[in-house]
Amino acid sequence: MIAAVDVKTLVIDGINVSARADQTVLEVARENNINIPTLCHLDGLTDVGACRLCLVETKGSPKLNPACVLKVEEGMEITTTSDRLKHYRQTILEMLFSERNHVCAVCVANGHCELQSMAQDQGLTHVRLPYMNPKLVVDASHERFVSDPNRCILCQRCVRVCAEVEGAHVWDIMGRGIGSLLIADLHQPWGESSCTRCGKCVQVCPTGALTDKSKLGSDHPKYPEFLPNLEAMREGR
Amino acid sequence: MTSEELLQIAESVNAEHEKFDYEVNVCMGTGCMSQHSAKLREALTKEAAASGKRCHVRQTGCMGLCAAGPLVLVEPTETLYGSVHESDAPELILSLGEPPVERLRAHLEDYFHGQQHIVLENSGHIDPEKIDEYIGRDGYAALVKALTEMTPQAVIEQISKSGLRGRGGGGYPTGLKWGTVAKAFGAQKYVICNGDEGDPGAFMDRSVLESDPQRVIEGMAIAAYAVGASKGYVYVRAEYPLAVNRLTVSLREARRRGMLGNNICGTQFAFDIEIRLGAGAFVCGEETALIASIEGLRGQPRPRPPYPAVSGLWGAPTLINNVETFANIAPILRKGAEWYAGIGTEKSKGTKVFALTGKITNTGLVEIPMGMTLREMIFGIGGGVPDGRKFKAVQTGGPSGGCIPEEHLDLAVSYEALISVGSMMGSGGMIVMDDTSCMVNVARFFMEFCMTESCGKCIPCRVGTAQMFDLLTKICDGKASYADLDLLIDLCDVVKNTSLCGLGMTAPNPVLSTLRYFKHEYIEHIENKRCPAGVCACGSGVATEVEVTA
Amino acid sequence: MSKIKVATVWLDGCSGCHMSFLDMDERLLELGSQFDLVFSPLVDFKTYPESVDVALVEGAISSVEDEHKIHHIRKHTKFLLAMGDCAVTGNVPALRNPFGPLPVLQRAYYENASAQPQTPTTFVPALLDKVRPIHEFVKVDMYLPGCPPSADTFYTVLSDLLAGRTPDIASLTRFGA
Repeated sequence: MIAAVDVKTLVIDGINVSARADQTVLEVARENNINIPTLCHLDGLTDVGACRLCLVETKGSPKLNPACVLKVEEGMEITTTSDRLKHYRQTILEMLFSERNHVCAVCVANGHCELQSMAQDQGLTHVRLPYMNPKLVVDASHERFVSDPNRCILCQRCVRVCAEVEGAHVWDIMGRGIGSLLIADLHQPWGESSCTRCGKCVQVCPTGALTDKSKLGSDHPKYPEFLPNLEAMREGR
Repeated sequence: MTSEELLQIAESVNAEHEKFDYEVNVCMGTGCMSQHSAKLREALTKEAAASGKRCHVRQTGCMGLCAAGPLVLVEPTETLYGSVHESDAPELILSLGEPPVERLRAHLEDYFHGQQHIVLENSGHIDPEKIDEYIGRDGYAALVKALTEMTPQAVIEQISKSGLRGRGGGGYPTGLKWGTVAKAFGAQKYVICNGDEGDPGAFMDRSVLESDPQRVIEGMAIAAYAVGASKGYVYVRAEYPLAVNRLTVSLREARRRGMLGNNICGTQFAFDIEIRLGAGAFVCGEETALIASIEGLRGQPRPRPPYPAVSGLWGAPTLINNVETFANIAPILRKGAEWYAGIGTEKSKGTKVFALTGKITNTGLVEIPMGMTLREMIFGIGGGVPDGRKFKAVQTGGPSGGCIPEEHLDLAVSYEALISVGSMMGSGGMIVMDDTSCMVNVARFFMEFCMTESCGKCIPCRVGTAQMFDLLTKICDGKASYADLDLLIDLCDVVKNTSLCGLGMTAPNPVLSTLRYFKHEYIEHIENKRCPAGVCACGSGVATEVEVTA
Repeated sequence: MSKIKVATVWLDGCSGCHMSFLDMDERLLELGSQFDLVFSPLVDFKTYPESVDVALVEGAISSVEDEHKIHHIRKHTKFLLAMGDCAVTGNVPALRNPFGPLPVLQRAYYENASAQPQTPTTFVPALLDKVRPIHEFVKVDMYLPGCPPSADTFYTVLSDLLAGRTPDIASLTRFGA
């Protein structure tokens, strides 16, 4: 028997929508073709609410909430786009571009990068913040893949897919704050780590931080949307 | 354990005291121990034994005035000695029964005048490692009363009525929090004591844990009974080894006396506590990060809701309160909610412990009733600014707080009042600054703290604090323009409103509050490349160009 | 009425933006009838005019010379457009930023020198510690990202500007485009 689930109705950007009580605002918005920008969220992975791009306004609340983890409530009124939100989203993207050495022109993910297209979607034409230009080392020790921390935005998609879906938990973050760094195992070269070579992390990586060595130039499309299908197959549906 | 048995223990402890004419209390808090109070205690003990006088030398916790350590308090004459050296021991013991040793006396009438000790009522008076001494001063009476005479609901009602609010800084009503956890559905619930005190200049919780750990244990046990928890954790910084030691001893003592474990006080109530050590991350004071850390995960916050009261440690309903909050519980139950609610202001009840530091004569720990003015605290209890310098600002609330200028010194301390002037209560750090402090540099210091303590999970806090730090450095170096200042102000707004947890949301506060009251100092750095306080090396920075010629 | 005066400037870039500009081909003739090109690496003017209406600046600021030039240009220009990723972000020239200018000089003038390896002391301007986008030095009125921005982008933007409209840059081009 299927347990009864409450249905809620709410308003997103002036549109009346209905939702199951256990759904998030992001899920419901996407069902209704309302685009809320995200970088850390990915269907099939647990949400961490880290990128802050999906922050939305809730009527009656002074606080902005991340749509990816905001559960629907009866009668709630959500605004997904406003001048204020646009400014915040642009600034957060500017922060990402300033943090590491993102040089789109010479990136293997050029044209297939979620950060790059997000910047364009959000109308970002330049970065007001000074570039921080950290010195970071590329790890090409793996026979199939490359990890380039210069292009990493620390969204932790790879960490989650490796731990939650592949079950290997090779990736994690070391250090903290501005010194955070994605590492394999206990900061070993990727090629010498316990990596199972499944390549899921490369597929879910939104930028050119994790890439496939066999792909050259800007010929590196990624397919991060495979996760729900994989889960369905595993459950034998 | 019944209240009669408790009384018996108290009586036997007090009878023990009767055997002595004098009790010599030596402060063995971290502050005094760093000034060799352990050696002093040894010398005093030796001298006392040799003197043949009926006197007892006892180690106690913090007496408050760390600036005048090592401190010795002689009872029953209540004579306080400061800066006592071990070589002073013979003279001191000799003076018992005679007039006091004048040259060692600490005259601190101002310091204690106006203080009201609830949380610190036992600090400096009992041996923190002896549970019976705690019981001798009404310890565990509240727990026994709660378990044998009150329903959990009645306990929560008392706490609610007392008006007690979270002492970790947020000021959330404690009774409401307890009520939420009590109502949350779950077979297993947890109580966590947050002892991850990390604000620069703050040492209230350390002192309570070092001086009167049983009080915290009792508060936690009462909370566990009220919310229906059977397991507790004290999360304490590994940088507080003395507190950890005393807590470890105290937990063992509490188990020995049947205050922890199964069938506490002969009831069905079972509760025990484990210690978890923090590994030096400020962000682990944030409740969801603290929970992650206890779970053995990376200490990173997660979005709320769900709040820990509903889904906390291992997904179970979890009550998480600060050390000082728990330390207030037993007296409230013992003396009644009305008594507690009679202290303080309309919305901020009871007392608050502050750590007075910085440019202030009497550095140390004070406990004052809410509603006292900052002026009374700083110029009365604190003895004012030393060396004839001029008071400039007082920083409260740690890196999340702000700087309050002279014009607001008559503000009565309460959660709301401090927020209204752009600062916050925080956990109780209070750093006094005189006219030798550059407020831009102060903002830069706190921003550096937030930058290095950011966990790095969310972008605004991770990158925003670093960018703001760079901009503040540029201003301090006399290299900034007004455009840089505008960018800084914009980043403050973004980081404040988009960060995931309290660390990021409040990281801009030191900048915003110094901009509010000391904007002219920012302008002076930008316009005239000059630091009014003479702290920053404006304009003397190295040229940015690299010499190409070999 | 005199035609509006347009300049194009080449700082630290690969000239790709100028090539893309030329890729407008026959459309250049159409646009060219509406403005005077008063300064450009594509034409033979030695000095930057006293007053320019629109300047398209390619390249990042890498040397003391670039820095001097951009301040001069700003002073004599009404509307300054940062043309291409190098001008907008620092882009490829800024790749040296994490390790500074000395390894670059070492590579260029010692390791790759066929004869007389030495650091030039005359004619070559001193390199700045970091390569920076133009807007970190002077006010920029419009940003045109892209590496390079396409000829179509140039055409749309210039047509809009000449017609007094504000082009929607983000819909036309992006970083790395």
